[in-house]
Parts: sequence; C-alpha cells; structure tokens
Amino acid sequence: MNWPAVLALAAGTYLLRVTGIVLRDRVRLPGRVERYVDLGATALLVALVATAALTDGTGFAGWARPAGVAVGALAAWRKVPFVLVVVLAAGTTSGLRYLGVP
Amino acid sequence: MRSLHRTIDRDDLRDALALAAAVGVVGASFGALAAAAGVPMSLAMALSLLVFAGGSQFLAVAVLAAGGSPIAAVAAGLLINVRHVPFGLAVGGNIADRWSTRLLGAHIMIDEGVAFSRARGSGRRARVAYWMCGTLLFVFWNVGTVVGVLAGSSVPDTDTFGVDAAFPAALLALLLPALRRADARRVGLAAAAVALLATPLLPAGLPVLAGLLGLFAARLPADARRDP
Repeated sequence: MNWPAVLALAAGTYLLRVTGIVLRDRVRLPGRVERYVDLGATALLVALVATAALTDGTGFAGWARPAGVAVGALAAWRKVPFVLVVVLAAGTTSGLRYLGVP
Repeated sequence: MRSLHRTIDRDDLRDALALAAAVGVVGASFGALAAAAGVPMSLAMALSLLVFAGGSQFLAVAVLAAGGSPIAAVAAGLLINVRHVPFGLAVGGNIADRWSTRLLGAHIMIDEGVAFSRARGSGRRARVAYWMCGTLLFVFWNVGTVVGVLAGSSVPDTDTFGVDAAFPAALLALLLPALRRADARRVGLAAAAVALLATPLLPAGLPVLAGLLGLFAARLPADARRDP
C-alpha cells in the first residue's frame, strides 16, 4: 500500500458516497420511483446479508456462521432486543466453532 | 444540536453501541492484518480514517498481500463501494438540510448506519440515528484499527468470537421492519438468490450489486394477487 493508492481509494469512495446524496437532491422523483429507490437499498442490504452469512471468498462459509445468523434472525423475529440478537448470533457461531463445527 | 443529549433515544444509543463494539473488534482485526501484510501504521490509519469502509479496506490490503498492484487494489476497493451510490439515494434525506453538514455526513455513510437509520423511518429520530450510528462506528473502527496495528499478531482471530455472524444477523434485524411489506420481501429474496448465485462467478462487490436485479421481483404479474 502506498499514499497515492490510499488517497485514490479514499477520494473515490467519498465521491461514491456523495453522488447518491447529490442525485437525490437534484432529481425530483415521482412517488413510485421513490419506492423503487427504497426497495433498491433493501435489495442491496439483503444481498449483503445473504453473502456475508453464507459465503467466504467465492465458496461456502461453513455451517457455524449461517447457524449463528439463523439464531440471531429468529431472535430478531421474536422481537428480542437488538443487543441480544447480536450477542446470540456471535455466541452461537463462537460456540459451534469451539465444538469443532467449521 | 444544542439539546443533543435530549434528542438521543436511549435504546437507539444502546443498539448503536452494540454495533460499534462489534465494529471495534473487526477494526482491530483489520489493523492486525494490515500490520501483518507490511502496511505501515500511518497508511493503515489513513485507510480507516479516510476510506472508512471495512469491506474495501480488507479487500485492498488482501489484493496487495496477494501480489496485486496498488491500482488493482484501488479498483477492487472502489468496485465494492459502488453500493454507496444507491445508499445515498435512499438515505440522503436522513442526513441534513445544509450542504456543509451533508458533505460531512456523507463520509460516515456505512452499511450498518444506513440500515440503522432506515429502520427508524425518515423523520428526526432517523436523522439522529444516522449520525449517532455513523459517528460511533467511525470512532470504534479507528480505535480498533490502532489497537490492532499495535497489538499485531497477538490479536486473536475474530472468527473465534463469531463476530462474522454478528454483522449479517444485526443487518437482518435492522431490515425486518422494511421486510414487513410483501414487495420488499419478494425483492429481498430475489436479491439474495441473485447475489448468492453470482458469488462464485463475479469479483467481490459485484454479487451484492447484482442483487439490484431483485427489483424486477417488486411487481407481481398483473394477473397475480395484489399486495395486502
């Protein structure tokens, strides 16, 4: 890593972050399109959850991680407080790995 | 923000701190990994302070550690960060009215913060949540990075603590209110399927972006049953 690379990544990332905000301000979106923008964020975040829960690199993440995520998801669905959701997910995965589950 | 302490919801603060603690642990693992890959402390810190996007930071360091060029590392990092454009479109109204404040708030835009704010609608509480979550995550991420760089190889593998499961679970919990709507559930399922199918085929970052194809599932065919 060198300074030009770090600064290029920083500047590019910041531009990406600002672009969406500027677009939102400049373009008046009709209600229906607005709903699609909202659904787009949901799509990206769910895609992020799915890949983070199940994959590592280009392969399967192993069983311990998805099991922890599933326990956390179940807890969240049962309206367990958010802090506990995080702890339960991490605790389940950690426990399974301790027992030797990959 | 004169009465900031009165405008912050206690539960929101507690939830944001839980996320921030997990982010701090991952920040430490980033610092340790960067140190192990021979990245000088100043550059590792600059990455966490100026880029502040975990996925792209890990990826850039990994590309370099694998013998890739700095240009390849930057390109890979930027690709994975393209999702911030639609995030800005969706959450831009939850940041501020004044442009100077918006430009500052843009820097702390991060997956968890976007989900955290959206889970609280689009009003004042959502705006406070955006700043609170983003700021806490920024501080913990950077403190974690310093600790990781200094501790180096004595930082244990964070997977031992199951932190890798905490993030998807937390994001999913934050998404549940949005997923109460049937069209959002259809889009989410389709997005997850596309992203998973694309993962073995496309470079990092693109599978998540491909999840946007899930938007095609937003509308049912005209003859199917309508949303409740």
